[in-house]
Amino acid sequence: MAATNDLTVLQFVTPSSTASTTTTPVLTARIHPLVIFNVCDCFVRRPDSAERVIGTLLGSILPDGTVDIRNSYAVPHNESSDQVAVDIDYHHNMLASHLKVNPKEVIVGWYSTGAGVNGGSALIHDFFAREVTNPIHLTVDTGFTNGEGTIKAYVSSNLSLGDRQLAAQFQEIPVDLRMVDAERVGYDVLKATAVDKLPNDMEGMELTMERLLTLINDVYKYVDSVVEGQTSPDNNIGRFIAEAVSSLPKLPPQVFDNVVNDSLQDQLLLLYLSSIIRTQLSLAEKLNTAAQML
Amino acid sequence: MATMARSFLQAISKDEAVAPPLRVVQIEGLAVLKIIKHCKEFAPTLVTGQLLGLDVGSVLEVTNCFPFPVRDDDEEIEADGANYQLEMMRCLREVNVDNNTVGWYQSTVLGSYQTVELIETFMNYQENIKRCVCIIYDPSKADLGVLALKALKLSDSFMDLYRAGNFTGDKLREKNFSWMDIFEEIPIKVSNSALVSAFMTELETDAPVSQGDYDRLQSSTTPFLENNMEFLIKCMDDLSMEQQKFQYYYRNLSRQQAQQQAWLQKRRTENMARRSAGEEPLPEEDPSNPIFKPIPEPSRLESFLITNQVSNFCGQINGVAGQNFSRLYLTKALHEN
Repeated sequence: MAATNDLTVLQFVTPSSTASTTTTPVLTARIHPLVIFNVCDCFVRRPDSAERVIGTLLGSILPDGTVDIRNSYAVPHNESSDQVAVDIDYHHNMLASHLKVNPKEVIVGWYSTGAGVNGGSALIHDFFAREVTNPIHLTVDTGFTNGEGTIKAYVSSNLSLGDRQLAAQFQEIPVDLRMVDAERVGYDVLKATAVDKLPNDMEGMELTMERLLTLINDVYKYVDSVVEGQTSPDNNIGRFIAEAVSSLPKLPPQVFDNVVNDSLQDQLLLLYLSSIIRTQLSLAEKLNTAAQML
Repeated sequence: MATMARSFLQAISKDEAVAPPLRVVQIEGLAVLKIIKHCKEFAPTLVTGQLLGLDVGSVLEVTNCFPFPVRDDDEEIEADGANYQLEMMRCLREVNVDNNTVGWYQSTVLGSYQTVELIETFMNYQENIKRCVCIIYDPSKADLGVLALKALKLSDSFMDLYRAGNFTGDKLREKNFSWMDIFEEIPIKVSNSALVSAFMTELETDAPVSQGDYDRLQSSTTPFLENNMEFLIKCMDDLSMEQQKFQYYYRNLSRQQAQQQAWLQKRRTENMARRSAGEEPLPEEDPSNPIFKPIPEPSRLESFLITNQVSNFCGQINGVAGQNFSRLYLTKALHEN
């Protein structure tokens, strides 16, 4: 059921949205990094006979129309050249289990690994269209065709000729990859195949400061090169730099010193308190298990 | 892949009677993200979940996890909880996920997780699984840009003591057991499959500074520190209450001993009088007399746990204060320029 069209006029039927006014014709999909991890993990663990993995996407639809995809789970399926069988019971069971934990995450679509959309996908998409209005179809290219892993999202609209259903057209919609969670964990931790030690407070601080230093150096170099005339000045960047520099609070040096010293003293006080408490603890320990003199 | 690993496990279990000590917990990035997501979504409610993975040699691998639904204290939902677990494990098995329970994870608030419930859960798990860990995640620290993930295990000596149910001073002194020996923290390693790391490498933004850095550089840590101090003060109060209990016990014990001595003296003089009068001496002990009833020694478990918690808080304050120092010096340097 590939999308074909002849010279006849085609009528695009926009997906019907009777009750919800939130589905607009042009959606954006926002994907959390956990979904990608899930998909990759399922792909790596797929049974040897399967070429690709499919699964359900869970999430919610935000008030401005974006589809927020937060979680996913794989669904076993069988695919041969002409037919597709999806384990529906499994799908419903997993959905119920997930809803028990987080009732706000509902089905918003489905995913499949592999580069493009093929006939089988259209059938599966139909099935999901029965579960939720306007499902999103996400393809995660685990095969790295084109030399990069592409993540694309599609919505489908039905092409009909008068009354007859001709084809399903998959329109690509923009994908917004929110990596905030991943960034919090740290890309170094998530990128490498093995990380020996999670960075603790001070080491993380050190890394951050190094990065800040690099940033400042970059800005410095840029400004220098503009002043010397090597790079053409870009007003926007100039404005950003001016904003950043002016956002430093303008306190007279005396006041600023006072503020800094006060904060330093507060921190020192806290350190002192915690050391005293530690000493107290070890004293209490000794007293508790000391031999009783009776 | 899972079946091969399982036969490997079987081979190990046949050869060795005693498993080598657990040295490292290896978590997959997927499980880390899942734990973080679950804990953060439900903060400040405390949530738990199950860890799945493999137990191989001295490494405990955690490959996946699933969250538990928040349970109200309702009797009917108890059975539901067990059903949910079985259902999840069965479904995950179908997609080739290792459905071998290796422990559980829980979220915590400001690092106050040392409770008796934790120990009881540990003992429950320990009966069924040879080696299990508990992973603690603190979502409040994530706002400061620190990945607060810890893997805990009860030490073996503590487990023996707990099973014996005996926490008196004598026993503890014998084994030279202190409050630091209850929990063992195990280092965590993070591993990722090659596919995932390829994706992450590609999806990494070009900016050299990420959200984690922004979080770390913000200097308003006062709410965190305030909360920490509050909890610390409460814990110190609890600790002093426990110590008062001990004081009370010791006072009672010494008073009882004094009473016993006095009674004994009286008996002895009585006996001497009787002997001189030619009658039978009375026994020197009288178990029916209430002053001979042994007073139970209060268990030290609570005070140990509280001590652990206090030390945890202190450690956290130290860490954050250290960070604050760096930040303050940083702002100072910036301002001078």
